[in-house]
This record gives sequence, structure tokens and C-alpha cells, in this order.
Amino acid sequence: MPDLAQLQADAESAIGSAGSAAELEELRVRYLGRKSELTAALRSIGELPPEQRGPVGKQANEVRRALEGLLERRTAELEAGELDRRLAEDRVDVTLPGDPPLPAGHLHLVTQIRRRMEDIFVGLGFSVVEGPEIEYEYYNFTALNHPPEHPARAPQDTFYFAERVLLRTHTSPMQVRAMELQEPPIYIVVPGRVYRPDTPDATHEAMFHQLEGLAIDEDITLADLQGCLLQFARQMFGEETEVRLRPGYFPFTEPSVEVDVSCFRCGGTGFQGPERCGTCKGEGWIEILGSGMVDPNVLDYVIASGYDNERVQGFAWGMGIERIAMLVHQVPDLRMLFQNDLRLLEQFGAGP
Amino acid sequence: VRAPFSWLRSYCDPGLTGEEVADALTMAGLKLERLHRTGVGDSAAFVTGRVLDAERHPNADRLTVCRVDVGRAEPQTIVCGAPNVAAGQTVAVALPGAVMPDGTTLGEAKLRGVASHGMILAEDEVGIGEDHQGIMVLDGGLPVGAPLAEHLPIADEVLELEITPNRPDAMGVYGVARDLHAATGAPLAEDPTAADATSSGTDSASDHISIVIDPEVCLRFTARVYEDVKIGPSPLWLKQRLMAAGQRPISNVVDITNYVMLTCSQPLHAFDLDRVRGGRIDVRRARDGEAMVTLDDVERTFGSEAALVCDGEGPSGIAGIMGGQISEVSGDTTRVLMEAATWVGPNIMRTSKALGLRTEASARFEKQLHPELAMAGQRLAARLMVELCGARMVPGTVDVYPTPAQARVVPLRPARMERLLGERIDAETASGILERLGFEGVRPLESGGPGSEESAQRWRVPPWRDSDVQREADLIEEVARIHGLDKLPTTLPARRQAVGRLTRSQRLRRRVEDLLRDRGLYECISYSFTSPAAIERLRLGDLPLLRLDNPLGEDLSVMRPLLLPGLLDAARHNSAHGRPGVRLFESAHVYRPSEPLDAAPADAPGGRLPALERHHLGVLLTEAAPGGWRSERRPADFFAARALLEAVLEVAGLDWYAEEGSHPFLHPGRSASIVAGAGARELGWLGQRELGWLGELHPQVAREWDVPAPAAAFELDVEAVVELTAGREEVYGDVTSFPAVLQDIAVVVPEALPAADVEVAVRKGGGDLLADVRVFDLYRGEQAGEGNKSLAMRLEFRAPDRTLTDEEVAGRREAIERELAGIGGRLRA
Repeated sequence: MPDLAQLQADAESAIGSAGSAAELEELRVRYLGRKSELTAALRSIGELPPEQRGPVGKQANEVRRALEGLLERRTAELEAGELDRRLAEDRVDVTLPGDPPLPAGHLHLVTQIRRRMEDIFVGLGFSVVEGPEIEYEYYNFTALNHPPEHPARAPQDTFYFAERVLLRTHTSPMQVRAMELQEPPIYIVVPGRVYRPDTPDATHEAMFHQLEGLAIDEDITLADLQGCLLQFARQMFGEETEVRLRPGYFPFTEPSVEVDVSCFRCGGTGFQGPERCGTCKGEGWIEILGSGMVDPNVLDYVIASGYDNERVQGFAWGMGIERIAMLVHQVPDLRMLFQNDLRLLEQFGAGP
Repeated sequence: VRAPFSWLRSYCDPGLTGEEVADALTMAGLKLERLHRTGVGDSAAFVTGRVLDAERHPNADRLTVCRVDVGRAEPQTIVCGAPNVAAGQTVAVALPGAVMPDGTTLGEAKLRGVASHGMILAEDEVGIGEDHQGIMVLDGGLPVGAPLAEHLPIADEVLELEITPNRPDAMGVYGVARDLHAATGAPLAEDPTAADATSSGTDSASDHISIVIDPEVCLRFTARVYEDVKIGPSPLWLKQRLMAAGQRPISNVVDITNYVMLTCSQPLHAFDLDRVRGGRIDVRRARDGEAMVTLDDVERTFGSEAALVCDGEGPSGIAGIMGGQISEVSGDTTRVLMEAATWVGPNIMRTSKALGLRTEASARFEKQLHPELAMAGQRLAARLMVELCGARMVPGTVDVYPTPAQARVVPLRPARMERLLGERIDAETASGILERLGFEGVRPLESGGPGSEESAQRWRVPPWRDSDVQREADLIEEVARIHGLDKLPTTLPARRQAVGRLTRSQRLRRRVEDLLRDRGLYECISYSFTSPAAIERLRLGDLPLLRLDNPLGEDLSVMRPLLLPGLLDAARHNSAHGRPGVRLFESAHVYRPSEPLDAAPADAPGGRLPALERHHLGVLLTEAAPGGWRSERRPADFFAARALLEAVLEVAGLDWYAEEGSHPFLHPGRSASIVAGAGARELGWLGQRELGWLGELHPQVAREWDVPAPAAAFELDVEAVVELTAGREEVYGDVTSFPAVLQDIAVVVPEALPAADVEVAVRKGGGDLLADVRVFDLYRGEQAGEGNKSLAMRLEFRAPDRTLTDEEVAGRREAIERELAGIGGRLRA
């Protein structure tokens, strides 16, 4: 019978200093294999006197379990070390960019601002409708109460295709088209391209975008207009924004008002530090749109659809989308917007 | 217009600063454009003085050394260069330290050895005139040493106001003052046009002049005659007002015409009566090609629409725009014919535009003045002619006024006003506002009496507001703007039936735009106009185009029939700026003619559209994907563009396919039409089948456009897609209860047979158990055989109600083999 304690000590020492899985396997065979001393010892227990069989068997089994446990732990230790080594070799430079590159695209900043405006007014109960850019003079001028001699009708101010066909100069013709199609009440906004034969400069383009608004119901008031536009201004420019109505003049509204918002850059003070605020030119207010109560004459043109000007009334406005985009994003020159220069485009429109 | 503050204040002085007055006017509807300062920088060191003695400068012939009493203990020694300086004169003096109009500070100076302690002033030196011939000699009764500003407006503010076209009355300073009065309640001076001058003599104006008019261009023509007119410079106060208002003083008579216009908006014209040939005036339309030299020394030729003021021999002035040289008032003039007329506004506007000549007069006449103003202007002019020119006013006015205007009376219902504004303005306040603006209350005809809230008050509109205030809504605007829009409450509409939403079309467009953005594309917005040459470059010269009558230039003269030109321009621009590889899209209208444009109706078109406009989605790639540090850049090609198109149409839920198509601007071998599939047709859509095109740009087009090649693009009629997929619903199908059977097959077909045809055959054979087919490999080579290709396809068989057996699937595969044989294909083992 071998010295089991000595055997265990030898094996433990060998296993503890084994450096590889192969070595461990070899040790497992040597100490626990079928031809090992321990296995032989267990097999020969029957040859011992009966009173020794119990204690020796027990001891041999304990040694076996101990060595098995040790082998298992040592194997796990060695595997973990090997994995660590392998992973260390797999190390990458985490500062390198992702690949293949999947750059975020960009909506045009006019689209982004247009969508923001649409969403605000949808939230206020307005539907979004669109209409043709090539228009009849009737919808662009006549039904909007522009007298035949109105200067805006002149070819200096309007692109024409023929005597009575033109490129719309504002989104307002959709007021009339929409009312022709829908009885009151009506709450709509109309985004779209509009055109004027202006020689392009920093604030003029032959093409730009407007967002028209129209609300007609039995009891819509000028005070409601102020409320709607205040809601819009606060969502667009910030919660602190105030609006100011000033008397104005448009052929298709009466009363007509110009709408200013308090300057969101300088907080309406007119100053940024000691400098005059460049956004509002030191005035504290920024004119953003023209508006008013829909002129009774305009409603007369759609009286067949139920717009009796003694029974229903409402407001309308038109605002320039580029103007708002330029204010919000501090773009200095309108002409840059339609050059489609990626260096400009990629500054905007990747976000929500 | 420019309203000098001192002048404005002489009519209405609310005791506010220029800036405060400007704010009040802005909020009343006369918006301040700019606040100017004119005259001296600081009026402190400007005083009146008396010249005690004036002696020739010892060292300079043209200089005079004066001792001037300026109210100090010692007289000041001042060297003066003016020829008219003399002892005993009361003069205007700038003392050292005075800040001159140009901002410089006057110092003590030595002039040819004599120290000068100040400056005796000419009118141009304090900005109240242009005369530099001599010093100003003031009224001898003025106290010595008094601040000059108390006697001469040497420092002024000028309110430059933006006047809306409905307010010709506010193009006169008194009109501005009336709004200021209405807005602030400060008293308003008597209307300067109210009082008339006294005539003398026994003759009558009609003895001197006879007048005929064409009532189609002239509503009223009034004329007065003045004799013994002494032409000379205007007094300083008048010059200052004109200068500050932006008009150069010329001579008393001309200055009077300008002054009256700047006061009450009514332009006048003064003729030298001795140069009005034949003693008669004939207002008529020009004969085509008729010409005349106007006051600005330009010979002008007229079309037949222009109205001319002619004398016995020919044109003497352009009605309402500018006088002619022939009858110009000069230094020799002694007899003056003063014209105050009312012209038909639209005619003045058209003529002024046709001539390219816009004047202060035409800017007022074109907004349609009321005929009553003509006599108002005559009255103010008469007093000034008598006072400033020593003229005798000949009794009577020649007044040709065929159809006198009736005063307009407009009702105002307080309840209506409250309903429109959303604010209750009590009747007393509203009446006060209207009265301050010159409206006159008329006793109501109906019951209720003047005090009743519910009855309509009726208001007579003053002539100067006649063109603007004609209806109740106009009166409400008057009350609202003066009462103050800042007092308006802030409310929201009750919105009984308003539900805000985007249409399906709008949502779908947003979705596909977002999709393209999320795949790394940049959205462009390009001009809707393009050049005919660009369309030619795309080999689309035969396409019918919409052409503008008045384009900004030939290169922007037609409406684009497709989005591609704008995208190509953008690609070129960016390539020229160092970004050759771009991925762009645009989502916008394109335009084609539909009906003949000349047939457009004059009256209501009833919702029709004048042209065909469709919303397109266009994509252009000059690079499919950028390269990275371990991946190759992927150049643009047909399939890169097609992958984007597939994603777009999958989002839309459209059944579609691509078929070889010929588009002249595309690579002939890589050009396809996007076609609606059978599924779309089943929805009953009978419009065009072709929804757009897809392909690689023809290399020659790319070269001509200076765009990097290869470039791939597609363009899609989004509106058609929306129409085709209308009513599409997403409905549950059971795909989890029973497993699918997946099988891969390899199909050998002739090279020329499109994959889509193979798929159709496979689907036909597979029948309703074949849920999906997908090509996953393409092989050409030995095993496929010469002239053939092999398509590897994954088939998915599935039934909603059972697990398929091997026999069922095998049967379908046999059917597929039969179908493939029918198109010349076979399964590869």
C-alpha cells in the first residue's frame, strides 16, 4: 500500500506547478488514470484485512476527490490565463473611426424648419394642405381682393406664363382653393414654394418658401390670432418669447397686422453685452409675418361653400420659412440655402 | 416718408421724445424705419449775435473782422468771409466748442494773423438750407445772446416712416400728426389747409385760363392764377422743413408746391402762366409716340395711356408725375398758374411704370387721392403765395369737377367689433378715436338712438381716408389700431371640429425622406426653374416645357420637368468645391404643360389647375459609400441606386418591378423604368404604369455636366405611389403556427432572360404555397454553360393551416421545373 499522504502531497505539488493543459492531462493520467498508484490502491483494498478496508478506502477516495478538484481548478485557472493572453493580443485601437463609414444624412434646413412649423400647428389643431405652384391669376390675386391695378400683379413682381397664369407669389391662393373644397370651419396651414422676380441678394431670392395659415369659424377673433401665434412663437423660439401685433396693410385681410416676436437672441433688450444685437438690429423685436382677419371680400368669393361673412370669420397669416430658418440658425445670406453646398447642408438636419 | 420732428410737433406735441413719438406711431401703423438727426450736433454753443462793427481784414481782401455782441461781457472778435456781412446785422453765431452738423467741433482759429472766436453762420452750415453765398441775416428784433435753437430749427430729428399703400394721407406731415393726435390724445393744431387767402382785383381766374379735361384720367382739375409774383428764395423756416423732409429748396414758388404736398399729401404744379401757350389747358391722353422734355432735362416719349397736361400748342407736363421744361417757373416768372388736380390712381401707376419715372407726386397720386384734397392744397398754397411771394391772387378758381364725390357713410356695430376683435371697446372710446381721426358721427337712422349699444353708429369718412375706409371692417381696424393692439387679450380658438393631422401623402413623403437621410443622403433644394440648354443636355429637347414670359434670365426660363438637372448642378457645385463623391436627394414638384395656357379663364377656374404638377423624389449618387481605413470606397452604380429605390418602395408598400427602359440621358445598358406591378393594378388604378426611371447616368451627359462618373440616379413620381397604395392596410397573417420549408435552387437560364421573368415563372409554379422567392447569387461559368447564367434562389414554402409534407413541396418543385422549361431554363443539380 503506497503512502497516500505522500502521494497526495506529490500530486498537489506537481499539479500546482503545471503550466499547460497537456501537462495537466499527463498528471491526471499519472495520478488518477487507470494505471495510477491511487487506482491500483483502490483496486487492491479487497486484499487488506477487513478492519483496514474501511479507513483506507475512505482515505483513498478523499485523496482522489481532492486531486480531481484541484485538477479542475487548475484547468480553469490555466484556461482563463490563456484566454486573457489571447484577448490581449486582440486589442484594438479604440480611437479609430467606425468602418465602413455610415455617415448620418441631412435634411435640408428649410425642410427641417418647415416640419417643425407644421408639427406645431398640427398640435394646435391645423391640418396641412398643399397646392399648385403654377396658379391662375384668379386664385393668386383676384379672389384675394387685389384690385386689377394692384402693383403686385405687374410682371416686375410676378412671374407669368401667360396673361392669366403665373407662378404663385405667396401660399395664399390655397386659402381660396381650400375654402372652395371645404365648408367652414376650416383650420389649415399651407407650406410650399413661392416665387417673385427679385434679383437675388442676402435677403431676396426668386424662389422661397412660405407657410400660410387660415382659420375660419363662427367666432374666431383677432385675439385668437394673437394666441395662436404666441403658442407658435414660444414653441419655435423659446418659452420666454412674446409676440407683438402692429397695424399693417394687406389687401386680403382687414384689420391687418404685422407680427413681431421679442428677440430670442438678446431677450428683447436690443443688446448682447455692450453690443447692439445683430439679430434684431437693436430693436428688441423681429418682424416674422404678416397677418390679419380675412377680408370680407375674400369670403364673398367662396360664399357658395358656406362662407357668409356675416356668419363666419377668421384669420390668416403668411410667414417666410427661410426667414425663420435664417433667424433660428443664424445663416447670414439667403442665397446660400439653394446652392446645396454640402459644407452648409451638413451643419443642419441630422437631428430630430 | 420723412417727417421732421419739429414740424410734426408744431401740429401735435404730446410732450414726448422723438423716439417715444416714433414708438407711438409705429404701434398705430406708421412704422418707424429710421430715426435720423439733422442739423448741428449740439445746439448749446449756437447763439444770436449783433455785428457791432465790421472792418476789412488787414491781410486779406475777402475777409472781414467783426466784433460781435453775443450777450457776453466782451464782444467776440470773429473773422468772416461772407460778402454780405455788415455792422448792425443780427446774425447766427457758432461759438468755440460748437458741434457742427458734420460732427466737428469748432475751435478758436487764427485767420491770416487775426484770432477768430467763433463763426458767423450761413444756412448750409447748420443744415437748414443749401445757400452758401452769404451769412444768414436774422430778424433785427431778436434778442442778442439768445440760444439760436429758439429761433431756428438748427437741430432736428427726422422720423423716417414706412407708409403702407392704403395711407396716402400719412404721406403728409399733418396726416402723421393726426394719427399722433388720435393715438396720444395730445391736441391737434388747426388743419393748415383750412384757411384760404384773400384775393384781390376785379378779374377772375377764368379770364386767364380755360381748361378741358378727359374724365377717364382726371377726376378734378383746379387752377388758380397769381400775378405780381416775386420769385426769390424761401424763408429759412420753410427751407429747413424741406431740407429735413429730404427736398432741396429751389425757389419760393416751387418750394410752396413741395411744402403743400409734404403737409397734406396733395401734389401741386406751378406753371409760368406766360409760357402756357394759348391761355388754355387741355388734359388728354398722349398720342402714341408724342414726346416732351421734362423738368429733369430728359426727353420722354409717351404711349397712348399716359395723360398729358397740354397747352394750346402741345404737351406742357405729364399729368401727376412731372412738369415739362416748357412752362417751368424761372427767376423771370411773374404770373403763376397753380394746378391742383386729382388723377386716376391706376393710370398714374401704369404711366409711371411705363416711363420708369416715379416721383414724390406720382407716389401719392397712384394711391388715389380724394378730389376734396385738391382745394385743400390750393388754400394752403394761396396763403403762402401771398405771404411769401407777395403775389396777388386773382379771384376765383377754375374748377373742372365733372362728377363730385359723395361723402361715404359707413356703419359700425359695437357687437360686430367685439366679435371680430375678441375685445370689448366701449362705445365712447371708439367714438373718441374715430372723431380724433376726423370721422364724423351721423345720427343713426334706425331705432335705438345715439346712446344705444346695439344699434349701428354711422360714420362719415373724411375725404383723406376715403380710399381706405369703405366698410365696417375698415372702421373696426381704425378703432383697433388706435386703441392699441397691445391691449388685445390673448386667447385660442374654441376649435370645435379642428383635428390637426398630416395626410397619408405627407406622412409617406416624410418617411421616405427620413429613410434616405438615414442612409446617408443629403437633401437638396434647387430652383424650380432650369435652362432649356440643361434639358437639351439631357437629350430631352422634345419634351414640352412651361416657359416663363419674364424669366430672370435664359438659364432660369423654363420649369423643370424632372428633378435631375438640379441634382446634377448640386453634384457639380460640390465636385468643384472638393467633394466629388455625393449622395443627394430632392423631394419637390416637377412641371409639365397640360391645357393651353392662353385658354385660362378670366373668372373663377372652379378648382382647376393650370398645369400638370407632380411631386417627385429624385436621388443622385456619385459614390455609393465612402471608403474607410479598412474598407474600399464603393463607387456609384445601378444596383446601389436600385437598393435605395427598393427601400423607398418597400416603405410605401408598393408592388412594382423594374423593366429595361430607354431614357436618353442614361447609360443605354443600365437604364430601367420603374413600373407598377400587377398588385397595384388590381387596386383599380388606371393611370400611367410607369412611375419613374432608374439607371446610371450616360457618361457623355456626366462629362457635359462636369459631374464625376459613374453616377447613378432614380426619380419617382411619389404622388403616383401614394395613389397606388391608397387604402393599403397591414393585416395579420399567421406565419408562426406552422413551420416554413426553405429550399435553395439554382436555375440555369439564357443570359438575356431577366431575373424578374425567372421569378415570375418560379412563383407561377410555386403557386400559393410559395410565400417568398429571393435571388441570392448569380453565377456565370463552366457549370452554367456558354451563353447561360445561373441564379441561386431561396424559396420559402408555407401554408397557413398545416405543416407542409415533403410530397407537397416536391410537387411544387416539379411544377416550378415545368414553368422554367417553358422559358428555356432548367434546375441545376
